[in-house]
Amino acid sequence: MNAMRPETEAELAETVAGLNGPVCIAGGGTRGVVGAEPELSTAGLSGITLYEPGALTLVARAGTPVAEIEAALDGEGQQLAFEPMDHRGLLGTTGEPTIGGVVAANISGSRRIQAGACRDFLLGVRYVDGLGQVIKNGGRVMKNVTGYDLVKLVAGSWGTLGVLSEVSLKVLPKPETQATLAVSADDVGTAVDLMSTALRSPYEVSGAAYDPKDRQAFLRIEGFADSVAYRASRLSEILGNECTELEESRKRWADLRDVRAFHDLEGDVWRLSVKPGDALVIADRIEAGRTLLDWGGGLIWALVPKGTDLRARLGAFEGHASLVRADAHTMDEFGRFQPENHQVRALTRAIRLKFDPRSVFNPGLMG
Amino acid sequence: MEMPKPNPDVMARKQALVARLQQVLPRDAVIHDVAETRAYECDALTAYKCPPLLAVLPSTTQQVSDVLRICHELSVPVVPRGAGTSLAGGALPTADCVILGVARMNEVLEVDYDNRFIKVQTGRTNLSVTGAVEEEDFFYAPDPSSQLACAIAGNIAMNSGGAHCLKYGVTTNNLMGVTMVMMDGSVVEIGGTYLDAGGLDLLGVICGSEGQLGIVTEATLRILRKPEGARPVLMGFDDNEVAGQCVSDIIKSGILPVAIEFMDRLCIRACENFAHAGYPDCEALLIVEVEGSEAEIDSQLSKIIEIAKRHNPVELRESQSADESARIWLGRKSAFGAMGQINDYMCLDGTIPVSSLPFVLRRIGELSKDYGLPVGNVFHAGDGNMHPLILFDANKPGDLEKCEAFGADILKLCVDAGGCLTGEHGVGIEKRDLMTHQYAAQDLEAQMAVKDVFDPNWLLNPAKVFPLAASAGRRMAAE
Repeated sequence: MNAMRPETEAELAETVAGLNGPVCIAGGGTRGVVGAEPELSTAGLSGITLYEPGALTLVARAGTPVAEIEAALDGEGQQLAFEPMDHRGLLGTTGEPTIGGVVAANISGSRRIQAGACRDFLLGVRYVDGLGQVIKNGGRVMKNVTGYDLVKLVAGSWGTLGVLSEVSLKVLPKPETQATLAVSADDVGTAVDLMSTALRSPYEVSGAAYDPKDRQAFLRIEGFADSVAYRASRLSEILGNECTELEESRKRWADLRDVRAFHDLEGDVWRLSVKPGDALVIADRIEAGRTLLDWGGGLIWALVPKGTDLRARLGAFEGHASLVRADAHTMDEFGRFQPENHQVRALTRAIRLKFDPRSVFNPGLMG
Repeated sequence: MEMPKPNPDVMARKQALVARLQQVLPRDAVIHDVAETRAYECDALTAYKCPPLLAVLPSTTQQVSDVLRICHELSVPVVPRGAGTSLAGGALPTADCVILGVARMNEVLEVDYDNRFIKVQTGRTNLSVTGAVEEEDFFYAPDPSSQLACAIAGNIAMNSGGAHCLKYGVTTNNLMGVTMVMMDGSVVEIGGTYLDAGGLDLLGVICGSEGQLGIVTEATLRILRKPEGARPVLMGFDDNEVAGQCVSDIIKSGILPVAIEFMDRLCIRACENFAHAGYPDCEALLIVEVEGSEAEIDSQLSKIIEIAKRHNPVELRESQSADESARIWLGRKSAFGAMGQINDYMCLDGTIPVSSLPFVLRRIGELSKDYGLPVGNVFHAGDGNMHPLILFDANKPGDLEKCEAFGADILKLCVDAGGCLTGEHGVGIEKRDLMTHQYAAQDLEAQMAVKDVFDPNWLLNPAKVFPLAASAGRRMAAE
């Protein structure tokens, strides 16, 4: 069956209302969600519908390419501060990442520790529920507590609650410049301590990552040039004297965000969100061939041999582990997402049935 | 304001209910004497009062669970209460309800600077959360004006904001995890000391659900290191529109001030009389605050002042001392109190896109003439969160009703301008019946479906948020 590709929100609603079986929802198809069902693509719903730089808001249809949005923002010296990762290199996918996909998967990058996640910048959504009704929630203003915040619920629901048709985002000024300090750290424990010291400082670190292979921790500072220079020097002082300032700071963070280090390596890729202080214990426990730490240790990327049951190795811990890259068999066997405690699981299932009573959206994806 | 008729069956069972609750709570935690229950008859929306059937003050999550289990079993509605500072009537009781107050649950459970979080019981006040981490120069960012009194439980229920959220976000952006008791008494753990949900973002929908999905008893909150310093600059303008344009130009320049506050003439005069902050007498006043080291502050303020100068300000004054900064903020933070000295007032918090500011202010001025009631405007200009304060005389028959009609017109105006009914106070009972102006029937239905999941019998704070007509079927079914 051919992909369904509605061009307007009304067509999308009509398409969903007329479904008589499950569909797999896709934006640009770059995030590795593959279903057996026919594809329902939002790529036809494209275009920025409103951009007010002075109000720091942008509204776009779900299928709008992220690149188009970033170009428009760049023209006004602004950016998506949550720094969404591009999954194509890691997953070997092609296609054009869409803003709807970013929102549906709540994709955030290294700046998440300072600026917040995608969901923190999402002001409003319009989506089509499982019965084909167009629902709106939130709006395009930064403060909005009018009724329940379904905006957050829909962000990160991977299409299981509805098909996004339009999203409204808070954007921020792009910092004038950035600097990255590289600090040597022999092991994960030392690195996390060091990143923690930096994050406890008042110098507004906007990225704190560690690559165990290079034995180097990276700390990013952004802002106006004089301020960046001041904070970089203060940070060097409190961290000790082995700091060096990296050239090509932007490229370094694009590589960290996209997990460039794993692109050409074989194996399954897992993504763990943990308490930063637990990173050392957890890194030891998973015995991964290769790891990469971000968010001051709170985000661990792990590369393991194909078919490894990482969650079994982990046992109980505070946080969650998602399987990001694996073959279909492994993905089926372990599941993409960490199983929730039984109450959260029950709530999740019940919410899903309310939003999609016929279970047509991405069945099997989120428990 | 209409409230549902109390259920006589529930009221008839008061003695049995008291007996059951006394089995699970200490004696002094069950308040059933009619005179004593009056202490809980209203929150900060004092125009509406109704003593509850009784009030309980549990001290632990287990006690909250026991209370809810009993109320669930006996089909008794429960209205959760933080510190009772809601301006929207979020904690207004009905005569057949149990008020569940979290005031006795105010312990700090864990502070972890390395991992940058604090875990507290939710009866703790907002300001005392910062108080608990100040020794290490940390703070909890959301800062509602009521922060001295308001409780974290209420902040979570209403997703409270504050003056500094342009940079730091509101409650939902600083909430990492909760322990929540559901109406049937079950205790659920959501989120924790790590970032982002593994599955659906339940934390996101719980925050701001006005106590209708569960009672949050413990919360893990993000704490931040205090900046090295902060300093405001005052700017006065002859024209609201020009002040609005100045705000937009500052934001477009790439500077992100930590706060941009706006006041109009009526508020400026009231605040000046109250706080003697040296505010100029002009049409519009902006307070713009930036953070960082002394040199960073100087550099940012000079950029901001350069922009402001292009708009011909009548006053432009950089704070010269910590004392002057404090007075500048005291003026702004006491705006409500200062207005209260002039008259009774109603405070709204509709939010608009910053670009609609001139139009909305002009239209509010016109409406003020039509209704014959003065209105002062003070708001968080960086994020468009308005706070029109309508002055009226509560002792004059008909004035409250006239004020409410005026308020409703302003809120509809905010929605029509692309904004929303409430930016940080919540819907409560106050804006309940205006929800249909912002949301279509199916939009409200989608929200109510979430409550159906968490509280199928609609016993938790049932008469709030949704228009009574919209929630009637569900509430009746429960009875």
